[in-house]
Amino acid sequence: MQAFTRLDSRAAPLNQTNIDTDQIIPARFLKTVEREGLGKGLFHAFRYDENGAERTDFVLNRPEYKGTSILVAGDNFGCGSSREHAPWALMDFGIRCVIAPSFADIFNNNCFNNGLLPIVLPVDQVNALMDEAKGGNHVFTVDLESQTVTAPSGKSYGFDIDPGRKEKLLKGLDAIGETLQHAGDIDVFESKRAIGQPWLEQA
Amino acid sequence: MSGKTLYDKIWDAHVVAEDGGEAILYIDLHLIHEVTTPQAFAGLRSAGRGVRRPDRTLAVADHNIPTEGQDLGTAGITDPEAKLQLETLGRNTKAAGIEYFGMGDIRNGIVHVVGPEQGRTQPGMTIVCGDSHTSTHGAFGALAHGIGTSEVEHVLATQTLRQKKSKNMRVTFTGAPAPGVGAKDYALAMIGEIGTGGGTGYVIEYAGEAIETLSMEGRMTLCNMTIEGGARAGLVAPDQITADYLRGRPATPKGAAFDMAASYWKTFFTDADARFDREVVINVSKLVPTVTWGTSPEDVIAVTDVVPDPAAIADETRRLSAQKALDYMGLTAGQKITDAKVDVVFIGSCTNSRIEDLREAAGVVQHAFVHGRMVAPHVRAMVVPGSGLVREQAEAEGLDAMFKAAGFEWREPGCSMCLGMNPDKLTPGQRCASTSNRNFEGRQGPGGRTHLMSPAMAAAAAIAGHIADVREFL
Repeated sequence: MQAFTRLDSRAAPLNQTNIDTDQIIPARFLKTVEREGLGKGLFHAFRYDENGAERTDFVLNRPEYKGTSILVAGDNFGCGSSREHAPWALMDFGIRCVIAPSFADIFNNNCFNNGLLPIVLPVDQVNALMDEAKGGNHVFTVDLESQTVTAPSGKSYGFDIDPGRKEKLLKGLDAIGETLQHAGDIDVFESKRAIGQPWLEQA
Repeated sequence: MSGKTLYDKIWDAHVVAEDGGEAILYIDLHLIHEVTTPQAFAGLRSAGRGVRRPDRTLAVADHNIPTEGQDLGTAGITDPEAKLQLETLGRNTKAAGIEYFGMGDIRNGIVHVVGPEQGRTQPGMTIVCGDSHTSTHGAFGALAHGIGTSEVEHVLATQTLRQKKSKNMRVTFTGAPAPGVGAKDYALAMIGEIGTGGGTGYVIEYAGEAIETLSMEGRMTLCNMTIEGGARAGLVAPDQITADYLRGRPATPKGAAFDMAASYWKTFFTDADARFDREVVINVSKLVPTVTWGTSPEDVIAVTDVVPDPAAIADETRRLSAQKALDYMGLTAGQKITDAKVDVVFIGSCTNSRIEDLREAAGVVQHAFVHGRMVAPHVRAMVVPGSGLVREQAEAEGLDAMFKAAGFEWREPGCSMCLGMNPDKLTPGQRCASTSNRNFEGRQGPGGRTHLMSPAMAAAAAIAGHIADVREFL
C-alpha cells in the first residue's frame, strides 16, 4: 500500500450528496482483473455525455482543476456497492484525498486499504473549503502527521483519525502481514471452534 | 451492567485477538464471485501466500453472466472481459481447492441466494463477501457484510478480518401489514425514515411482531436492503422459522449434529436488558405499497402519492441533488407517480428473486390473466430467478408457464439487470419498475431510470404499463 504523509494540491469541489460508487465507477468498468487503469471510467457519466464527448462544465474537466489530488464533496460519499474499484479509480486518476461531512462505511475502509485518505469534517467547514476551492488557482495542504487541512486562505482545520489507521497510512503497512503475526492466535481459535461447533468442519 | 445485543454476542464469539485498536475477527464463511476477487488472488500470488481455509469458502458466477445460453458455459460469453474474469475465477478456485458453482451448474446463481439455499449460511456465523448485499445473510442471525477486494485477500490469507466494532441500532416493526404490503415496503419505508446515511456506523437488528411472523425470504429482502440505509449489516434473531428453513439443506448439519447446532443457534438473541445506541419504530399496519421516485433509495413515496417538489427543501445541497434526480428521472414535481409509464419490468436480483418472490409476482399476474389482462404491449417484462434451483422449483410449480403465458421472459439465473454489467441493461431514457435494490443514476445501464418496488408491485406495473397500485390487482 502507498504511504500517505502530506499532500499539496488544488482541490476540486463536488457539491453533491450521496455520490455513490456506481457514479464513481459504473459497473461496466469492473470487468477487469487489474487494479490499474480504472481512472478512465472515473465519474464517467459526469465527465462524458451519451456520445462520449467531454462535458466541459464538469469540475474535473475544467482546465483549472487538471491534476487535482483532492476532492471536496457532500454527505455520504461512496455509498452503495463494496467495489474497491471506486478508490482504485480515484487513485488511478490522481486523487489521494477526499474531504466530506461523512463517508459510507465500506468505501471508507477501502480507502484506508489503498492509501487514499478520507477526511471527515463538519458540514460548515466542508462548505467553507468548497468555497475556497472555487477557481483553480490555489493550493490546499493536507498533513496527516498533524491531522490538518490548510486552505488557501491560511485557515487550518483539524480532523480526527483512528490512531491505528493513521500509523498504517503513514508507514504504508501491509494489513495481511500484520495479521499473520497472530497466526498462532488464529490456530488456537480454530481448534476451539472445531470442538464447540464440530458441524462447521464437515462442509 | 446491561445485557448484550445479538450483534455483541456474535462479535464476542469471533474475536481472535486485539491489535492496534482493531479486533481480528474470525470469519466462518467467505463467499466469492468473479468481479471482486481476481486482484485478491493476484495479490496472494505476488506475496507468495495461500488460501487458509478453502473449505470455508464458496465461489459462484453471478454478476457478469448472461441470463440465457448458460449450458454453453463461458464458451457462450461474447464479452471478452467478462469471459476473462469468469475463467480467472475458475482457475483461481481450482488452484486453491475452493468449491465453485460455475455457469450452467444448477446450484449456481446469485451469491446471496445460493449461500442460504445450500445451508452454508447459518445462525451465529460471521459471513463476508466482496459484495455490499452480503447483509442479506443477517436474516439468519449471522453477522454478514460486504468487504472490498483488499479485505477479500485478507480473508483468503488469514480467515480473519480486521474490524472496529459498530454501534447498535434496533428497528422494531410493529403491527400486521395490509394486503399488498410486505418486506420490500418495510425496507423502503425504513430507508425513507433514516436516510441512506442513517445507518452508517451501525449494525441494525430487526425486531418486533412483523419480523417474528416474517418468512426467511422476507427477512432476507429486508436485511439485503440494510446497506441502502448505510448500515453494513442487518440482523434478525434466529428462531423456529430459521431452523425449519435450514433443516435438510445440503450443507446443514444432519441428525444429532443438527440438534447440537440448533441449540447453539438458540443462544443468539438480544438480552432483555440490552441497550441500543439508537431505536426506530415503524408500524407496518400504516404502510402502503411504496416506490422510489428519485436516484437514491431514500427517495421513497407511497404509490398513492405525487412526486415531491425539490423547492420545498431548505438545504441547498440537498435541494440541488433532488432537482438533479427529478431531471434525470424525467419526472415533474406534483405529478402522480402512477402516471409514470414504464418500458421495462425487472423481477429478480439478490433482493427479490427467491421462490416466494416469484410466487408473489405470479399471483398478481395470474389474477390479471384470468381477467383477460397480459403484460402491456409496450413493456418488456422479465423474470430472472435467483438460482438454478429456484428456477427448477418455480418450473415444478408452473410459475414459468404463468409468466410466459402473460408475456414475461423467463430467464436463467444471475444478477441480470440489477447492475448493468452483463447483457441485460436498460437503454438511455428507459424507465424500469424493478425489484432490485439501487436506483442510482446509470445503475441498470447508462441513462436508465429505476423505480424500486416489491415483486407484486412490479408485476402490477408490467400489466398496467405504468407504475400501479398492486392493491387494485388483488
